[in-house]
Amino acid sequence: MSALRKLFRFHGGVKPDYHKHASTRQPIAGTPIPAELVIPLHQSIGGPPRPLVQAGERVLKGQRIGDADGNVSSAVHASTSGTVTAVEMRRMPHTSGLSALCVVIKPDGRDEWIARQSFDFRNASPTETRDYLRDAGVVGLGGAVFPSHLKLNAGKQGRLDTLVLNGAECEPFITCDDVLMRERGEAILKGAAIMREMLAAGRVLIGIEDNKPEAIAAMMAAARAAGDDAIQVVAVPTRYPAGGAKQLIRVLTGIEVPHGERSTDYGVQCFNVGTAYATHDAIALGQPLISRIVTVAGNVGQARNYEVLFGTPMRDLIAPCAPLPDSDRVIMGGPMMGFRMPGDDVPVVKATNCVLVGSDALFPPPPPEMSCIRCGECAKVCPSDLQPFEMYWFARARLFGKAQEYHLFDCIECGCCAYVCPSRIPLVDYYRFAKSEIWAREVEKEAADQARDRYEFRLLREEREKQEKAAKLAAKTAAGREKAAAALAEAEKPARTPEEEAKHALIAAALERAKAQKERAHPENTSNLSPEQQAEIAAIEARRAEIREQAKPHLRADD
Amino acid sequence: MHNSPYFLKPASVRSVMLRVLLALLPGIAAYVWFFGAAVLVQIALASVTALLAEAAMLKLRGKPLMLYLGDGSALVTAWLIALTFPPIAPWWLTVIGVLAAIVVAKHLYGGLGQNPFNPAMVAFALMIVAYPSLMSQWPAVGFTDFAPQLNAIFGPRQLDAITMATPLDALRTALHTEEARATVAGVLGSSASFGNIGGKGWEWVAAGYFLGGLYLLQQRIITWHMPAAFLLTLLVISGAFAAFDPGHFAGPSFHLFTGGAMLGAFFIVTDPVSGCTTPRGKLFFAAGIGLLTWIIRAFGAYPDGIAFAVLLMNIAAPLIDMNTQPPVFGHKDKRGSAK
Amino acid sequence: MALGAIVLGGALGYAAVRFRVEGDPLVEKIDAILPQTQCGQCGYPGCKPYAQAIAKGEAEINQCPPGGEEGIHKLADLLGREFKPLSAEHGIEKPKAVALIDEQTCIGCTLCIQACPVDAIVGAAKQMHTVIAGQCTGCELCLPPCPVNCISMEPIAESVESWKWKYPVFKLTPSRKEAA
Ligand code: SF4
Ligand code: SF4
Ligand code: SF4
Repeated sequence: MSALRKLFRFHGGVKPDYHKHASTRQPIAGTPIPAELVIPLHQSIGGPPRPLVQAGERVLKGQRIGDADGNVSSAVHASTSGTVTAVEMRRMPHTSGLSALCVVIKPDGRDEWIARQSFDFRNASPTETRDYLRDAGVVGLGGAVFPSHLKLNAGKQGRLDTLVLNGAECEPFITCDDVLMRERGEAILKGAAIMREMLAAGRVLIGIEDNKPEAIAAMMAAARAAGDDAIQVVAVPTRYPAGGAKQLIRVLTGIEVPHGERSTDYGVQCFNVGTAYATHDAIALGQPLISRIVTVAGNVGQARNYEVLFGTPMRDLIAPCAPLPDSDRVIMGGPMMGFRMPGDDVPVVKATNCVLVGSDALFPPPPPEMSCIRCGECAKVCPSDLQPFEMYWFARARLFGKAQEYHLFDCIECGCCAYVCPSRIPLVDYYRFAKSEIWAREVEKEAADQARDRYEFRLLREEREKQEKAAKLAAKTAAGREKAAAALAEAEKPARTPEEEAKHALIAAALERAKAQKERAHPENTSNLSPEQQAEIAAIEARRAEIREQAKPHLRADD
Repeated sequence: MHNSPYFLKPASVRSVMLRVLLALLPGIAAYVWFFGAAVLVQIALASVTALLAEAAMLKLRGKPLMLYLGDGSALVTAWLIALTFPPIAPWWLTVIGVLAAIVVAKHLYGGLGQNPFNPAMVAFALMIVAYPSLMSQWPAVGFTDFAPQLNAIFGPRQLDAITMATPLDALRTALHTEEARATVAGVLGSSASFGNIGGKGWEWVAAGYFLGGLYLLQQRIITWHMPAAFLLTLLVISGAFAAFDPGHFAGPSFHLFTGGAMLGAFFIVTDPVSGCTTPRGKLFFAAGIGLLTWIIRAFGAYPDGIAFAVLLMNIAAPLIDMNTQPPVFGHKDKRGSAK
Repeated sequence: MALGAIVLGGALGYAAVRFRVEGDPLVEKIDAILPQTQCGQCGYPGCKPYAQAIAKGEAEINQCPPGGEEGIHKLADLLGREFKPLSAEHGIEKPKAVALIDEQTCIGCTLCIQACPVDAIVGAAKQMHTVIAGQCTGCELCLPPCPVNCISMEPIAESVESWKWKYPVFKLTPSRKEAA
């Protein structure tokens, strides 16, 4: 099933030490159900799901506890049966250390499933299948947690050339996809088959870095067993970040999908192997996404992969791995792109592919930053063909517009540039800083534009009210006789010339037009809505804006 | 605490600079062999001055001293100055040159990474304008006696015995003063300073630099673009003119193996800070230097034009960079490499 | 009736002059920089009038506290004027906040509704009122009219979504002067 095929190269890339061996010596292990599960509602790109349960309620394993908010969102489920003890703000697995709404469950130990039923996607419309996957909480498990149902859409042509399964797993230390492919290749392929049908894809290419011979062999065996010639397992050269969705698509097909465009428009779609597995679970077994494989590695005596229920505190995972005494940090993800956690109490979520324990010995603090010598090393390794030092220069000077001109938003934050920089500049930190400033500014600008519109509308409304009052008053005065006479005298005094009259008419007409335009533009502001309705509309709008903002940074849809 | 990436490649500015210094050694060895040990004195003098000046400037600007002093960039500048100045130049010439490079060209512009001009070339240009005669007194090939050379550097100067015009200088003077009668072939044949390929002795020094350049290429400290574009331009244009009028224009081998051509190609033109960084930009930049060098050599008032050529192109570098941005991932349609 | 029309026409004409300065690109550009809080702290009845005053050269560029230093920098860049620190007499830069009405105390007097420049308060007479947080600009204009002092300003808390990466710090180079 694996043919010798022409592979393509992506620009740049680096070869850090891989450290993958330690965690692949043993098979995937289960974890005991923890004493408390803290399940954040917002675990994917898109709108935060609405809680469906309240404190005191009993939930079953796989029961939906958070409902997708609109289509760009994804549901969350209870990972075991038990009692909801609270729906409250808890610390998130996020570098900021801030809290967000979580459902806290006290497991009852029975691990009792909801009624599970496979979903007959062949007899369902594509939209129904997508809705089903959204409600099953299936999101990209490569780390980007983009809702998968949004990507299972063949786009304009209604069919694709290639479905790429991403098993490259290029980040050092992480082996969760590796072991998943070794042990559960068959289910992955079944999931891929479902995806392929939904996308009407011609072929399936499974890209695996050639430093994982066992996984390649296992997947080849599974593909042989499946007996489908359209499925090909392809060993790709080991070079970080070959596992970036765009880089892998490039390596396998030669196609470069530009930033901000849909890969389906180029005839290809890419999913992580874990996502294919989860899709199979959801459709064939009727099991929503409630757990995933997580690598625990780094500064531990026994690195290993676990199948972990979402909501399990990271420390429960680390403890059996014998962390070394000098461990002082927990990183979610790998050493190149991972994020420091605020503590080891935060829960495992859908984005947690790896819990990396760190120490100063393992990840020494970088030597002090020096000036950029424009050596161009960073540009040589950038997989997005950027000029990192130029972006750095402008980000550092807070010239964000210029940084954007140098394609800041094409940067995938892979860290290659910072990895090679001889001046030890934390380049990616500058890009993260610049990006979040730019996003914040966009949010502010939108809010300001909205405020301006609302303010101008209010001025117009006040003016209209004034006019109405004036007109009423005028009518009244005209009715009174003496007053009418006085008014007549008044009217004659400033006797306007016809030109003036014409000018006034023109102005009036202009104002009328402007008003009409305003009202067309803001139908929700018409006063015949009840305040409640208005409030609701406004709240929804605000939320929409927020979702748009949140979705924007991630819409590159890396899986 | 720092953020990802948590892994960093064990590379530093210091290791880059040290390898550059290492790459200079073969050329220096040939230099000493043919022209005596005076150049070593100059290197030591320039190094000490550069380090002191660097330390003083860092202190003044409130920068962490050891961090930047240890980066080795001042040493590279110092060595390049010592290698481009005449080895028997009086000590103060070198000192002033180094001070000009470190204090003015480097730190007044904001220190390493911010200087728009190549510091060593600023020093060279400044000194050759200010002291044209001192900057043209070169030791004669073969006179490797150390004592008179040392005397020339530190003591009262008796130069006639040990100096000789550099090949470039000799050629230029001959062609300029004897106008119609002198031909390149005649001049080259007549003078002791011309060797088989380029200048006598100089060709070996150039070969040493070439070797060092190959090492830098192998270490991926420099890319092929700049040396190739520079040398090729020089080769093509000098070849063309020599073919067209061999009487008045020296051929490519002479141009490539005399003066600072090889040193320039691998060590000066390739200075990353003041040059271009995009691959195409590097080609334009170095080709521009090659062209200007040849023009200045052939028609200008100074014997070697690399310094001025480099400074002129330094000015153009940001503009070239801006207009040679390589296409970003996914935006390569114009070149047809994607979709 | 003709009289009425004349009066009306006059009022409309006045309104047109007063509220719609169409087609002055400089004013539009200045207005685009101003934060649209509509708070009047600059001494003008709203952001647009202040923008007009700046365009005419009648007002300084440092009178807008919600826009802060950054806003002044942007105005300085746009107009080619010198940067000046925020003028103290017009107020100080505060973290962004939204109004919150204590719904237990509110008597439904509608005074705040009339004060709010962006119609961010909803409620009818004698009914409790509420601020739509997403639309409140934090101008504080609703605070003084409230007869029972039931409106307070709540700073907007940082959330996981709105959290920003900080400027990377230079630990060993504190006096880095050329860092622009
Ligand atoms: S690698 Fe570092 S020093 Fe070199 S150009 Fe890039 S940012 Fe500058
Ligand atoms: S982090 Fe961004 S700029 Fe740096 S190498 Fe990766 S894609 Fe390029
Ligand atoms: S609610 Fe109050 S603070 Fe908010 S915009 Fe309206 S008047 Fe200003």
